[in-house]
Amino acid sequence: MIPAPFDYKRAGSAAEAISIVSQYGDDAKFLAGGHSLLPLMKLRLAQPAVLVDIARVNDLSYIRDAGDHIAIGALTRHTELEHSSLLQQHVPLLSHAASHVGDPQVRHRGTLGGSIAHADPASDLPATTLALGATYVAQGPNGTREIAATDFYKGFLESALAADEMLTEVRVPKMDGAGWSFQKFNRRAQDWAIVGVAAWRKGSNAGVALVNMGSTPVLATSVNNAISQGSSVEDAARLASNEAEPQDDMNASADYRRHLASVLVRRALEQSSC
Amino acid sequence: MKLSIKVNGVSRDGDVEPRTLLVQYIREHLGLTGTNIGCDTSSCGACTVHMNGESVKSCTMLAVQADGCEVLTIEGLAKGDEMHPMQKAFMENHGLQCGYCTPGMVMAAIGLLKENPSPTEEDVRIGLEGNLCRCTGYHNIVKSVLAAAKS
Amino acid sequence: MGGSILGNRVLRKEDPKFLTVGGKYVDDLLDESLLTGALHVTYARSTVAHGKILSIDTSDAASMPGIVAVFTGANLGLTPQPATFNPMVARSALAMDKVRYVGEPIVAIISETREQGEDAAEMVIVDYDILEALTDLEQALTSSTHIYESCGSNAVFDTTALGMPDNTGDAFFEGCEVVVKQRVLNQRVAPCPLEVRGAAVAWVDGRLYQWLSTQHAQGARDSIAAANGLDASQVRVITPDVGGGFGAKIGSYPEEQLLGRLSKEVGMPLRWRETRSESMMALGHGRAQVQYLTIGGTRDGHVTAYQMHVLQDCGAWFDMGAILAPFMTRPMSSGVYAIPKIECRTTSVITNTTPVVAYRGAGRPEATAAIERAMDLFAAEIGMDAAEVRRKNLIPKFDEPHTTVIGQTYDVGDYEVALDKALNAANYEELRAEQARRRSSGDVKQLGIGVSVYVEITGGVPPMGETAKIEITDDGRAIVYTGTSPHGQGHATAWSMLTSEQTGIPMENVELVWGDTDLVPSGGGTMGSRSLQQGGVAVFKVAGQVVDKAKAIAARLLEANEEDIVLDRDRGAFHVAGTPAVAKTWAELAVAAKADGGLKHEEMHSVASATFPFGAHVSVVEVDTETGKVSLIKQIACDDAGKVLNPLLLDGQIHGGVAQGAAQALLEEVRYDADGNPVTSNLADYAFISAAEMPDIQVVHMETPTFVNPLGVKGIGESGTIGSTPAVQSAVIDALSHLGVRHIDMPCTPMRVWEALHGRK
Repeated sequence: MIPAPFDYKRAGSAAEAISIVSQYGDDAKFLAGGHSLLPLMKLRLAQPAVLVDIARVNDLSYIRDAGDHIAIGALTRHTELEHSSLLQQHVPLLSHAASHVGDPQVRHRGTLGGSIAHADPASDLPATTLALGATYVAQGPNGTREIAATDFYKGFLESALAADEMLTEVRVPKMDGAGWSFQKFNRRAQDWAIVGVAAWRKGSNAGVALVNMGSTPVLATSVNNAISQGSSVEDAARLASNEAEPQDDMNASADYRRHLASVLVRRALEQSSC
Repeated sequence: MKLSIKVNGVSRDGDVEPRTLLVQYIREHLGLTGTNIGCDTSSCGACTVHMNGESVKSCTMLAVQADGCEVLTIEGLAKGDEMHPMQKAFMENHGLQCGYCTPGMVMAAIGLLKENPSPTEEDVRIGLEGNLCRCTGYHNIVKSVLAAAKS
Repeated sequence: MGGSILGNRVLRKEDPKFLTVGGKYVDDLLDESLLTGALHVTYARSTVAHGKILSIDTSDAASMPGIVAVFTGANLGLTPQPATFNPMVARSALAMDKVRYVGEPIVAIISETREQGEDAAEMVIVDYDILEALTDLEQALTSSTHIYESCGSNAVFDTTALGMPDNTGDAFFEGCEVVVKQRVLNQRVAPCPLEVRGAAVAWVDGRLYQWLSTQHAQGARDSIAAANGLDASQVRVITPDVGGGFGAKIGSYPEEQLLGRLSKEVGMPLRWRETRSESMMALGHGRAQVQYLTIGGTRDGHVTAYQMHVLQDCGAWFDMGAILAPFMTRPMSSGVYAIPKIECRTTSVITNTTPVVAYRGAGRPEATAAIERAMDLFAAEIGMDAAEVRRKNLIPKFDEPHTTVIGQTYDVGDYEVALDKALNAANYEELRAEQARRRSSGDVKQLGIGVSVYVEITGGVPPMGETAKIEITDDGRAIVYTGTSPHGQGHATAWSMLTSEQTGIPMENVELVWGDTDLVPSGGGTMGSRSLQQGGVAVFKVAGQVVDKAKAIAARLLEANEEDIVLDRDRGAFHVAGTPAVAKTWAELAVAAKADGGLKHEEMHSVASATFPFGAHVSVVEVDTETGKVSLIKQIACDDAGKVLNPLLLDGQIHGGVAQGAAQALLEEVRYDADGNPVTSNLADYAFISAAEMPDIQVVHMETPTFVNPLGVKGIGESGTIGSTPAVQSAVIDALSHLGVRHIDMPCTPMRVWEALHGRK
């Protein structure tokens, strides 16, 4: 299967990429690793007229210590997140979650920014960064702005990014030794999660977010609140689906997803508490 | 679009439609048909090659994305008549039957050992999650990779 | 003199090519001069499951760049052709009046590049009057909507119409102390050879040359010739390397049969290669049975009556799948058990789904799954260990043919030993003890142990027999022509071993020719685990005949009596017994035989009967009782295929079969939505099993030779699939049996397991 025809433009900088996309509007798409977009284009479920290849914008691939948080360039690939000692030290949850994305070949190409901008509720890293209270940096024709992860996901494959805005950086607070867990429940190792849970806990604070439990990644606010109010893990886990609106699909009914979410959240919180 | 890719150590210039996939370019433009296509969805890994030393699925890349890069395919592994240790291990452990997944599997396996030179059986099984085989039940593929790691 | 090579672990001579430059599959024939300038064929396919075609508009498609021609069935004057096995069912190669499944080809597009063909296929507009989509077998059985109206029913084939007795209902179980009933799904699965279908065609001097990814070139030649109104002699099928078949590449498909005609229309050679998404919809599927089982017996564990009604889903065509239930499942319904009374009715039903074909095991896995499931249900009902209830009912060891009550005669069997070997290798008692520990501690992860014992039928697909020809070249090499057709099995190695064993010609000097119908005009292909017992035996016998011919020539040259000539196999030379110094090599004899037409022999090896490999499998799973997730942690396979030619190849066949069996038990299922759209039409959605879901497979060897052929060999291609599927399914249910779970349909997905645990559904 082959994508429908398109024009290909290669950008050397974020500014150049944004100016090209501004010219074409909704017909243009950024191409980073291409591992979300190209499969859709091959199946002809996406037919952009112009692809703006941003993979060579070298200054957007980095993992830096920025004091209270780790700053990650949007073009940082999953394999780099997986193997970064800086990330393993300060945000081990994200590094670990990245090691579960797709398969090794996918991780060699796919990027953190691409995954987040695609805003797929079934992807691992949008929910993980949401659980971690990340902030995303977007650059547009008129400069940059910060968007809290909690404000970013607007609907199925829909984000707060304008068509001519490009995600450039992901800022993830350091975990400061918090316990954490990533639970990915799937059929086969390479599959998307049927349900996934990214969680951390430190004392009475917890951050839990869910993969594939609705049209967007879901922050399990009720669980997080319950933990901060002193609930037991078991009681908190029962609230796992309060914010979720899971769908029926071939692999799982909505009921089953809710059940899985509470089991996996409980396990994740238990693991985070050790 | 013009592009230049170093394939198996040799610089190759080409001119392709932007939508040409890297695997098509390798197979149809360069005639290197060892790399196969097994699916449409980046699931099977039959098209696995190395780009700049890392395993990638060449069906999920545009040829133009590889412009200026180094690509290694199954045809570039052996040194003359001397097979790569991974190729030898597959032969000695019967790690292939119909051969269709084999080039991608071998390239993925070499990539796996690069990142983890002493894998456990479990590491190998998880590490090959992106490469499907219908013939071998994976048993002898896993054995081949473990044998290659030892050699 | 060295020992026999037969039985040794010999590495494959085919491997260096596959490992260094890759196989030459049909899509790799870039330098074939007869295909120079070939155009590409793309089929536009039905997007509805069942509908009347009101109009087909190809004008936009035809005006796209690079489009050479666009054909509908009407353009080509196609007419409905009856199915081989059932003349009441007829369709045309391109759907014209009606479509019957999503993926059915409607329009053929010829383009300069493959991309242009895909672009144009998007532009074909078909207007449908949509009819009720009958993707469910049982729904189709009772529906008044008939997919082939002329049949007057969707149930198009029934054993009762063949004169076989109908089932007699509950009366059959009178006198039984225990009777258990269960509806069992043997779900539809996709064969998924890693290479999808592909072909290329060219007309050469008025003959159609077709390169084809097939398991059976000679059969494909005949069906392609018939579809094109040609004599078989006007068609040459050439088989390049084939990337797996698993039964789905037996014969030829409409898309393949049409290529010659299309090539003639445009006057150019053509290439066609489907995409995986197309393949998942239009390459035949497998299994697809619903089985109504009833088993009865005594409280002390003797099964006395077994009844099954099999509903076989044919899909939207009467292909091989339609006849598997009556002719493969039914005869094997007794399995390895001495059951005094069996009834088995089968009903084959047309549905609005992809046609069902033979898939690894083809009818026998379904028979085994049924009786093994019934045995487990019976054991559970009387509270007896699964292995014990099997042992009580096994047919005792037999060396003479044994006929079951359903009327099938098995060659040789020693089932209890197979069961014991598998149980011992698994440390069955220890496993049960570990299971008991987990049960009493209420472990979240429960252990399940599944046991299956099976017998199957191999080599039984006509033509019964196989041809071999061996020719000795002037430089002393052997060229072996075989009607079998490798696609991963290792024929080149195996047939070289057999030839070398007889002739002393080193394996590297044996060359194998197959799959080209001009070079090998007759042959039965590779299917039904027939290759070694028919094709291999033929090669072995013919090699012996060539040796005899060579001895006669040597006798003449050495001026000796033929009976005094001996073959020194170590050096591949003939001499008079006692005087090894004066010898004639194969090369010398071949040269000497030139005047008489060369040193060669060809013979058809006929076989009187099929063979009946058997074995026992033990599966161990862990089931997460909170989530329903199953992990297969151990698989023990004891498969007896008679004498072993090459344990390397044997084990490989078992491993692959086991993975496909485990995949059916745990993961894979072709599914449709309510409108009849496939929802598993690519490898991201269809859960093709990967290395990460498979455990190490422990193979236990057992060799009970058959008397049916001189090598004592039986088939091994399908055994692994047949034995593993019920063992894995049984293990899942066993893990939860103490919680009241008696049955879970395959695939035992986490949700199905969870539903079973919670009594839902």
